[in-house]
Amino acid sequence: MTEDRERQSRREAVDPRSDRRRVLRWLWGVLGLAALSELVWVGTSFLRPRRRATDDAGALFVAGPIHDFEPGSVTAFPAGKFYLVRLDDGGFLALDRTCTHLGCTVPWRADKGRFACPCHASTFDITGDVLGPPAPRPLDRYLVRIENDVVKVDLGRRVRRTGFNPSQVVRS
Amino acid sequence: MEDAPQRRRNLARQIWQSVFPRPIVARSDRERASLTRFTFLLHLRPVLLPARTLRWSHTFGLGGSSLVLVAVMAATGILTMLVYQPVPGVAFDSIVALQGQVAFGALVRAVHYWSANLLVVVVLLHLARVFLTGGYHGPRQFNWVIGSVLLLCVLANNFTGYLLPWDQLSYWAVTISTGMLEYVPWVGPLLQRVVRGGTEIGPETLINFYTVHTTIVPVLLIALMGFHFWRVRRAGGVVVPPARPADDDEGEKLHFLPHLLLREVAQTLVIVAIVVVLAAAFGAPLGDRANPGMSPNPAKAPWYFVGFQELLIHFHPLFAVVVIPMLAALGFVLLPYLTSDDEPSGAWFLSPTGRRTAGVAAVVALAVTPLLVVADEALGSGAAGWFTGGALPLAAIVAAVIGFAALVKARFGTTTNETVQAVVVLMAVAFAVLTLIGVWFRGEGMALTWPWNV
Repeated sequence: MTEDRERQSRREAVDPRSDRRRVLRWLWGVLGLAALSELVWVGTSFLRPRRRATDDAGALFVAGPIHDFEPGSVTAFPAGKFYLVRLDDGGFLALDRTCTHLGCTVPWRADKGRFACPCHASTFDITGDVLGPPAPRPLDRYLVRIENDVVKVDLGRRVRRTGFNPSQVVRS
Repeated sequence: MEDAPQRRRNLARQIWQSVFPRPIVARSDRERASLTRFTFLLHLRPVLLPARTLRWSHTFGLGGSSLVLVAVMAATGILTMLVYQPVPGVAFDSIVALQGQVAFGALVRAVHYWSANLLVVVVLLHLARVFLTGGYHGPRQFNWVIGSVLLLCVLANNFTGYLLPWDQLSYWAVTISTGMLEYVPWVGPLLQRVVRGGTEIGPETLINFYTVHTTIVPVLLIALMGFHFWRVRRAGGVVVPPARPADDDEGEKLHFLPHLLLREVAQTLVIVAIVVVLAAAFGAPLGDRANPGMSPNPAKAPWYFVGFQELLIHFHPLFAVVVIPMLAALGFVLLPYLTSDDEPSGAWFLSPTGRRTAGVAAVVALAVTPLLVVADEALGSGAAGWFTGGALPLAAIVAAVIGFAALVKARFGTTTNETVQAVVVLMAVAFAVLTLIGVWFRGEGMALTWPWNV
């Protein structure tokens, strides 16, 4: 009699269909998921790129007085990692020197009158627009300001664009 | 032994016997078997193995050679870590110091460099061997998947190691490779910033790469290697080749000691000798200090990634970077599950028909790939958007490959396994040709040229 009852209760204890078991297992699952998501959260937060102290500092780059730049010229500013372009009509444009394809530094080829990427042969015209593939979009630009005939470039914000249009050009 | 605890033994002998409790010189097969079973290092190896699997031309000992190279890399890598400093301004100088001031420093670095390159070659050959001898069918299916992850680990460590010298070559190769991440849909830009530790390559990138290179991947690699070897044992050793007509061994089994051990030791010595000779003769390259303002022309990826770089010239980046590699990797990992198990494995190229169709596939790939590259260069279709520059040509190529498979099946009456083999050989040879074109036929501005102009 007692033996039977013992066997019975033992069977209940291991019966996976019993309600208590089901609740406990569900609880394990929920707790496990919670622990996992915390782990993922901590991990991804840890790996998130830090802000560099220099990111905001020196955002406004003073390029120089207007008359330093010939119309139809391209001047490299290695310190600011950009090119200052003065178009034939005297307008200014600041172009990022990074190829929009895979990030190589694009040199200005004065002899050919265009930017030519050494890595995958993308070419850009003087306004940064794509002449030849595989670059998918024009060179990024920075906002140019002219104050008291001095050209200043706002390096704080790199502007992506889909093409060149005259509104991007700044005139004195 | 138990009945004579008082017997005086001298201390040295006692210590020796505590380390090697059994006769170290086995005199009979029985002693050899027990030595293999009870000695820690030897028990990792099988006691008995089919005589036919010992044939060198069956495996070329490529798996074991990979292990040897990994061990060499670990040893030389740890030595290098004692000198190298993962900080941008200092990294390059510390490599120069390693080569100039540390005794044997240049040799250690060169051995590390050459075993890394050789490891890629050996691992790829090992992969080809396993595939072409049908060593990936059940029960070895999952070991193929583990092997694929191991390949990924090897490539990841080669790639992360590439940045560490901080010379022009490494800086720009890593700029380009991490630039590719931007084209991953949705998470690309975030992924890129996580890998670089910021928007540009800098100190954060270097420490990321250093940690991945020296800790994360090695730990993963060693753990997975153990898993890989264990699965080989579980599957009863390497796949057994069919008997040759000349053989009359009737599946004879030989003892690990000395038959396999001798071969393994010999192969180890040969591999180490090759690496040391290469290292002593050629050294490891070190370019100019990294200059973020000037990309070298041409800027090429490390040779094992040049095939992908070639894809970049012909396809829209989304396809060259994401779609095509993902499809290829998926198909590759699923290979054992796409073929059927019920054909005899173990023979090179499966059968005479398999050998012929694999040959046909290789010849077709050798002929067609350069034609496609030259034609695309002439058309300049890389310019086009994601549809005409990516989806359309990819669909055309997939259709052509399917057509090739159907043609082979119709012409040679191949089985499923033989057809799959022909298709894989076709694609592998095509990728090899792309790599060769990238290495030898791309000059300034990545324009096509002859090898002597590169």
